[in-house]
Amino acid sequence: MTEQWKGFAEGVWQKKIDVRDFIQKNYTPYTGDAKFLCPATERTKSLYARLQSLFDEERARGGVLDIDTETVSSLTAYPPGYLDKDKEIIVGLQTDAPLKRGVNPFGGIRMTRQACEAYGYRLSDKIEEEFRYRTTHNDGVYRVYSEEMRRARKIGALTGLPDAYGRGRIIGDYRRVALYGTARLMDAKKKDKEEISRQDMTAERVQLLEELFRQIDFLGKLTEMAKMYGFDISVPAANAKEAVQWTYFGYLAANKEQNGAAMSLGRVSTFLDIYIERDLKSGVLTEEGAQELMDDFVMKLRMARHLRTPEYNELFGGDPMWITESVGGMGEDGRTLVTKNSYRILQTLYNMGSSPEPNLTILWSRNLPEPFKRFCCRVSCDTDSIQYENDDLMRPIYGDDYGIACCVSAMKIGKQMQFFGARCNLPKLLLLAINGGYDTLSGLTLGPQKEPLQGETLQYDEVCERLDEYRAWLCRLYVNTMNVIHYMHDKYAYEKIQMALHDTNVHRFMAFGVAGLSVLADSLSAIRYASVKPIRDENGYIVDFETEGDFPKFGNDDDRVDAIAVEQFKRMHKELRKTPAYRGAEHTLSALTITSNVMYGKKTGATPDGRKKGEPFAPGANPMHNRERNGALASLNSIAKLPYRYGRDGISNTFSIVPDTLGKNPTERAENLTTILDGYFSKMAHHINVNVLDRQKLIDAFNDPTLYPNLTIRVSGYAVNFHKLSREQQQEVIRRTFHEAL
Amino acid sequence: MKGYIHSVQSLSTVDGPGVRSVVFLSGCPLRCVYCHNPDTWRKEDGTEREAAEVFAQICRFSAYFGEKGGLTVSGGEPLAQAAFVTELFSLCRDQGIGTCLDTAGSIINEHTDRLLKATDLCLLDIKFAAQEDYLRYTGGSLQQVISFLERLQKAGVPVITRHVIVPGINDSEAFIDRLQALLRPFDNIRQNDLLPFRRLCADKYHRLGIPFPLEKTPDCPTATIRSLAAYWSALKK
Repeated sequence: MTEQWKGFAEGVWQKKIDVRDFIQKNYTPYTGDAKFLCPATERTKSLYARLQSLFDEERARGGVLDIDTETVSSLTAYPPGYLDKDKEIIVGLQTDAPLKRGVNPFGGIRMTRQACEAYGYRLSDKIEEEFRYRTTHNDGVYRVYSEEMRRARKIGALTGLPDAYGRGRIIGDYRRVALYGTARLMDAKKKDKEEISRQDMTAERVQLLEELFRQIDFLGKLTEMAKMYGFDISVPAANAKEAVQWTYFGYLAANKEQNGAAMSLGRVSTFLDIYIERDLKSGVLTEEGAQELMDDFVMKLRMARHLRTPEYNELFGGDPMWITESVGGMGEDGRTLVTKNSYRILQTLYNMGSSPEPNLTILWSRNLPEPFKRFCCRVSCDTDSIQYENDDLMRPIYGDDYGIACCVSAMKIGKQMQFFGARCNLPKLLLLAINGGYDTLSGLTLGPQKEPLQGETLQYDEVCERLDEYRAWLCRLYVNTMNVIHYMHDKYAYEKIQMALHDTNVHRFMAFGVAGLSVLADSLSAIRYASVKPIRDENGYIVDFETEGDFPKFGNDDDRVDAIAVEQFKRMHKELRKTPAYRGAEHTLSALTITSNVMYGKKTGATPDGRKKGEPFAPGANPMHNRERNGALASLNSIAKLPYRYGRDGISNTFSIVPDTLGKNPTERAENLTTILDGYFSKMAHHINVNVLDRQKLIDAFNDPTLYPNLTIRVSGYAVNFHKLSREQQQEVIRRTFHEAL
Repeated sequence: MKGYIHSVQSLSTVDGPGVRSVVFLSGCPLRCVYCHNPDTWRKEDGTEREAAEVFAQICRFSAYFGEKGGLTVSGGEPLAQAAFVTELFSLCRDQGIGTCLDTAGSIINEHTDRLLKATDLCLLDIKFAAQEDYLRYTGGSLQQVISFLERLQKAGVPVITRHVIVPGINDSEAFIDRLQALLRPFDNIRQNDLLPFRRLCADKYHRLGIPFPLEKTPDCPTATIRSLAAYWSALKK
């Protein structure tokens, strides 16, 4: 047996790359409570204080501490960097200094240039010169984009498309680096390559072979990068510290290579627990030491940064990285996948304070150990930093070794990947449809050209029919746009190291999304149950609405309107699937907006539900702000009705509740939140962000940013530092429903 | 049968143990000076709904109740529609949903005993501990409340008593002394909750065009509640 594997139970994982098998054969489920946890050591505290002062400085400088404008980011482009070389246990920075951002122009040189300029820097002539002779992903996309695609993008029918930056949402199986070492991983890839070379050279195989060449090349670079820090990761990790370090190197390499929109971590804590348990047993590690390792690891993750333009931040507020780590869940054999290390990674929120990153995501199952459920809920109440997703819903589809990319996108780790597709604007689609392909905000035409709908009041059947017609047009356009984007991303900005940490033959998803689902549902409900009179401009285009009478609104557990939301969501999914996706990808759909609900709202005229022109949508699948009249559970029930089978890329719900409404004291609040989550997920709901806080606290923070400098809140599938949001985004968050019972 | 419903709140954690849904009924014979829900006074302002239909709505929330939670019926005065509440509670019982009655104990009639058979817990609002105060500030009878408490004891229904503390009216140790003496004979009382008077409801009065009798009374400070609660628990020992 390989020397580093001594003490591990044997299995097929030794013969082939199979991390799940290793976990299943070796992990120790933990069903006890949180009493064993250790507080931060003095070392951790002083190191974190140093980092905290850098965070403060970064904020004082307008959000970016420093930029290296001379070097194109890659695995070995920078000399080793440290926060404090003597104190750090886990090492490795993206550039040569903490929080200094690298430049990554492979997605698009223009965006990189603008980002530098936005923060008072200038991209070096050297890089400008170099990229004059290089095609970026963005160049490629624009060579092929049709006029219609450009226009759909321009008026905001399709927005947030990853056509000028890394698409992200790909989770490398970083654990493979620790378990096998890079030499073994390279051998496996070489073998795959040889085998494919023996088959007929179709275009698909030639593409894959070139990709394999680059994967192998980058595994070499990864090895070299670690060597610069003084580690030989060509061999497996021999102990817990090395396992964390090797895993982190894998992740770090991905971040040096790619500036993907979401750079998620996967599901590492239970894997790492196996190494920690082995070291605890042999006496070379104490519980305090184990916690220190996780604290240091998380500290590194909190330092991850990408350089973005202000426009990007307007869409995805708060400088997010989506370093999503999936914690807990159940195994297919019925044992829980909760280990002591599931607790330790949550404990980092106490040891180093609450934080948006890593994006800690609890895979919730009815069968999770009760003490763990309580602990998670306590952490939610105390930190507003974690989110929950339904393991009982996902496990039957993805097995028990899947992870969440970004906010809500599930995939089998190392076996599945996705082509990220942002989202289309449903209320905009409705307005385009009733105006016969005319956008009243920009004055541009798009889609089939028809007469605007006639008549004194809007008729439900007529509107739905129109909507179906325009949906068919938009969905086809959407899929084709995505096909262009991802073809070009593969060609010019392929994820070498992340894909090297996948099986060679992966299953691909193409992840589409919708924004403004509740606005659309309420609008159609108004048309059906109230009387909606269109107001026309001098050219006969409908620019506003007069709605008379009451109508059911999404978020009240009222089937009349909830069924409309379900039907519209379902039709979207069905329509998208009609156009084939690049590389045979499987079409999936999400109801998730990140913070782009603000931007989408801005680009959309008044809607029949009474929403004014420019007003933000609700985030994700949420009901529109303050339209919930029957309390929190009714709101949860409405969202739970959206079927996951049509929304396999995730259905996001951001839920805010006032502490006193959740219970009289911390124990009661944790207990009540536990039963609420059990209830919500038993209804086959997919996701929930939980904030337990008062609106007043946010208003105070809005008015005086010095009051709560580290205020973390969940916004939509991720958490942010409240102060990193734009003023508009902050106001929108304040306007959201805070469930309160008087 | 049908009942007059003011509203249904799907989530509450303050109207009984655990996670609960609350059905607020319309109609109340009392006119307490600090009433938080003057919009529930008149029965005919409510919406008439079948017990089975309200029950069906509650069932949609039952997955959230856990072991401790369930349905609370509040008001208004639920005892004013005792037969309706009995039907609703019985349906819940059959479905394993816990039932909690939030009442001021102001009506006893031929339906009372049947209702208490279907009740798991009673939140009993005992507003004042002397008959003259009770009459003056609520328009009702304290003796009636005590008789209701006796019925609860006989039926073996556990009780949590609740008392709104209003500055200048009952925020004194003397009030606690009297209350303590009044409640001493009962062995079914699990807990006593002191609740602070809050002026939040003033807006409602203004909107409804009803004069608010405590217009000039300030919120009850948390410190008062804490010290009265401490005084009470010292008395119990």
